[in-house]
Amino acid sequence: MFDFLDLQRYDLFGAFWVTAQLAVFSAIGSLILGTILAGMRVSPVPLMRVFGTGYVNIVRNTPLTVIILFTSLGLFQTLGIAMGGDTFTETNFRLAVLGLTAYTAAFVCEALRSGINTVPVGQAEAARALGLSFTQVLRLVVLPQAFRSVVAPLANVLIALTKNTTVAAAIGVAEAALLMKTMIENEAQVFLIGGIFALGFILLTLPTGLLLGWVSKRVAVKR
Amino acid sequence: MSNLSVLYDAPGPKAKARNVVYTVLFLVGFAALVWWVLAAMADKGQLDADKWSPFVTDSRVWTTFLLPALGNTLKAAALSIIIALPLGAALGIGRMSDHRWVRLPCAAIIEFFRAIPVLLLMLFASAVYVEFTNINSDMRPLYAVVTGLVLYNASVIAEVVRAGILSLPRGQKDAAQAIGMRKGQMMTQVLLPQSVTLMLPALVSQLVVVVKDTALGGVMLNFDELLRSVRTISANYGANTIAAFTVVALIFIVLNFLLTSAATWLERTIRRGKRTAGAVVTADPHDQMEAQPAAAPAAEAGDPPTPTGKD
Repeated sequence: MFDFLDLQRYDLFGAFWVTAQLAVFSAIGSLILGTILAGMRVSPVPLMRVFGTGYVNIVRNTPLTVIILFTSLGLFQTLGIAMGGDTFTETNFRLAVLGLTAYTAAFVCEALRSGINTVPVGQAEAARALGLSFTQVLRLVVLPQAFRSVVAPLANVLIALTKNTTVAAAIGVAEAALLMKTMIENEAQVFLIGGIFALGFILLTLPTGLLLGWVSKRVAVKR
Repeated sequence: MSNLSVLYDAPGPKAKARNVVYTVLFLVGFAALVWWVLAAMADKGQLDADKWSPFVTDSRVWTTFLLPALGNTLKAAALSIIIALPLGAALGIGRMSDHRWVRLPCAAIIEFFRAIPVLLLMLFASAVYVEFTNINSDMRPLYAVVTGLVLYNASVIAEVVRAGILSLPRGQKDAAQAIGMRKGQMMTQVLLPQSVTLMLPALVSQLVVVVKDTALGGVMLNFDELLRSVRTISANYGANTIAAFTVVALIFIVLNFLLTSAATWLERTIRRGKRTAGAVVTADPHDQMEAQPAAAPAAEAGDPPTPTGKD
């Protein structure tokens, strides 16, 4: 029954490893970019606020597929930006991470902004009364509390990101969805193959959700 | 902390000067980035007028490529949402059933399809249609895309429906029971009519997700939708990939922006009208990253925080 599952021919674990790598690198990137964007959206400089708002509104309304495909067709094949990759595999992987980061950052920014809204006004007022500057207020007082209150929303963003890594198949990154497409075309076991890949994604997303759900309860600021 | 101005003091003369410096620095950095991109484009000849002019001068770009493709995108999205709505409603109501043998399977189906990437569902549906049906290959991509989107969105809608019904106060259910309604009557005559208006914003937001996800079908299943027209256009009009991408992305952004605005408007109208007892269900922006948040009143999208501190 499982003789179609020729692991020599189909690198199942390798494909899911690439999926996991895409998710982890994009998560780190989007967390950084998203935090910067959230900082911009609440900053005292009007132009930065406009930029942050514009970025979020534009990126959220663009399909991820457009962004990912643009990194390959537009950035790489037309403009020749290879992201320092030597081989096609390496370049496509890095481009996919770039696209996923740019897309996910908008959602991280929104999650974080709603987290900033949950911090009581008194916290920032007290910080300003001590004479802290805007960056100090944000860095030392508001963001640490905001981050602790948005662990659960960020976990959902991370889970959605894990599912979104499949879009990287569109530019030929050898991750799970692309392998599934190949296997489903070559082998006759549609339901078994579908089941295996479904299980793989459930195994990737379920523990993340449970773990981060537990973390979010532990770190939540008691008020 | 809805008023973000508490993060910084009202700018005095020094802070104003500093803000101007930051603004200029930011502008310079941004301009440098734009310049670098434009220079790279010009270097590769992507700024040439003949690559961009077809979109303005040649109506055939629109009539042969873009508009039919946009039509297909809208067709797939509309079909998906129309089929997914009743299915999702049934699943959502089923999940609240008193009978365990209804509740548990519904919950399992909802959680299963929410955990799986929609692309996997599309690929799977396409393979199933190839193997078990004789739908001809012209129509198969549409069928596969719609099937994948229906399976995924039905389970998302099921959760929206459940949230909408659960948001009604308990008294509604108690009153219905007190006047001797059956469970079916209670659902169709008391709970659902009240919660449908509450769900509308979330459902419109979900439409944005559907529109965005149709683009997946174009790339992976050769469904002739908007994003796929980038390839056909750049093949016919001298490799104007970037121009075609820009136009297609703009169409997507405008379309989705209109849908988002509609959702926000609906939410505000319903909240102001307030004819039902429950709370308005908005798409949780973080639950479905693909989803659009219908902007919460506390953090209006695009509202710049106005400094009010007078210290």
